[in-house]
Amino acid sequence: MISLEHISQSIHEALSASLNSTLVLLIEMAIAGVLVIALFAVLGLVLVFMERKVSAYMQIRLGPNRVGYKGFAQTAADTLKLLIKEGLTPDGADKFLFNLAPLLVIIVAMLIMAPIAFTKGFQLWDINIGVLYVSAVSSIGVIGILMAGWASNNKYSLLGAMRSGAQIVSYELSAGLSVLTIVILVGSLSINDIIASQQNGWWIFKGHIPVLISFVIFVIAVTAETNRAPFDLAEAESELTAGFHTEYSGMRFALFFLAEYVNIFIVCAIGATLFFGGWMPFHIGSWEAFNHVMDFIPGIVWFFGKVFALIFLIMWFRWTFPRLRVDQLLNLEWKYLLPIAMFNLLLTTVMAITGFYFK
Amino acid sequence: MFIVDYIKTVYNASTSLLKGMRMTGYYFFNHKEIITLQYPDVKQELPERFRGEVVMTHDEKNEHRCTGCTACELACPNATIKIVTKQELQPDGKKKKALETFVYHLELCTMCNLCIVACPTDAIKMAQTFEHSVFDRNQLTKKLNAPGSKLMEGVE
Repeated sequence: MISLEHISQSIHEALSASLNSTLVLLIEMAIAGVLVIALFAVLGLVLVFMERKVSAYMQIRLGPNRVGYKGFAQTAADTLKLLIKEGLTPDGADKFLFNLAPLLVIIVAMLIMAPIAFTKGFQLWDINIGVLYVSAVSSIGVIGILMAGWASNNKYSLLGAMRSGAQIVSYELSAGLSVLTIVILVGSLSINDIIASQQNGWWIFKGHIPVLISFVIFVIAVTAETNRAPFDLAEAESELTAGFHTEYSGMRFALFFLAEYVNIFIVCAIGATLFFGGWMPFHIGSWEAFNHVMDFIPGIVWFFGKVFALIFLIMWFRWTFPRLRVDQLLNLEWKYLLPIAMFNLLLTTVMAITGFYFK
Repeated sequence: MFIVDYIKTVYNASTSLLKGMRMTGYYFFNHKEIITLQYPDVKQELPERFRGEVVMTHDEKNEHRCTGCTACELACPNATIKIVTKQELQPDGKKKKALETFVYHLELCTMCNLCIVACPTDAIKMAQTFEHSVFDRNQLTKKLNAPGSKLMEGVE
């Protein structure tokens, strides 16, 4: 059976046969970089189109349906427009930081891509502290947003950036705590170990109530961390025009836009890995025949299926809930999510010690 | 009890959020609810009393019912209508006032319907057309009576 693991393995062997190891490493890094950038471009196109269609259907509209077959070429046309637009830098802006900010945001998004396992043996970097790495690097993204808001020399941008800072710093906590419940149950920070532990059932089923609670907290927290509605206070187009990217245009704006969608993909990939078993097919305990049938669906299909289901959930939130005020946002985090997440962590610890979960 | 209130708040919040999500989820999966019309291809059926623009009715013999009484011109609040009349020789030798041109400035019209109400002979009515945009403003000044048309028999 052909699989991505075999393809990557055979490429590695073919390169190693004729070149020395340093050169092989460099070439493989280049291939990985190209693949990640290609994935970013495809994700940007697909997710923007998906968002527009989902929002349209939820608001009883039709959405883009003129450019290409059923509107599929709409985002490509929009990207082309953004590419040929002039990239303005305002007079009062700090030129260096202003131009650096979108790059920083997109580089952070790229960095988090490293430990994500797309399918069995198809992972950029098999690191033994994968979950810690993801939660550490993902919070660097807020520096890009603060940088953009500060360098724009615009009061709306600055307000948006400051809100975003307050928001991400607080929601990072409950996202981390909800991730920790799975880490406690698995006993490892490695992404591969977490996926392997879900061989006989996904954690959302095996861990019953505490994992379910932590999944809900995780979804709320990552929605806030990616600055999406109902937590889109950083942009808040009806209050702050466009928040931290008010002054951006052309391709720099497109980078912010792309980073937003790539971040959604990444947090949903993390969520799918932790709670829904990543590329692991749907297995039920010791039903050998059923598990065997499920194994015929390749891991990459399972992975992208789960990720897109979670992305749909987050889009569903965006087009249903109204935006929170800043005080409501911080109340929700510090008065509700954080205490519940801490209590839930305690519950999970007790559960892990007593072994009261499906094994 | 504080804890009971706290749990109640969380429960109420989550159930009300789920209620909202149920609504949007229903719309997402039921495309027959979509109210958007793909405008140039599919056009909406307009209500009977829709006011698009003032037109003058002509019958198959190219006759209209306008006597040139200028009641509509007087009724118009923003001078949209200008009636130009002429003296027409009757068969019995008498001269009679008749309509020459009914000038209608669409660019000034607010579709208030007062001219139609004022007309004693039901010569003008509101049409259902609404695609009025043109490249030249002069095209909005219209002559409502068709060329060569004359007054219908028996309309005084």
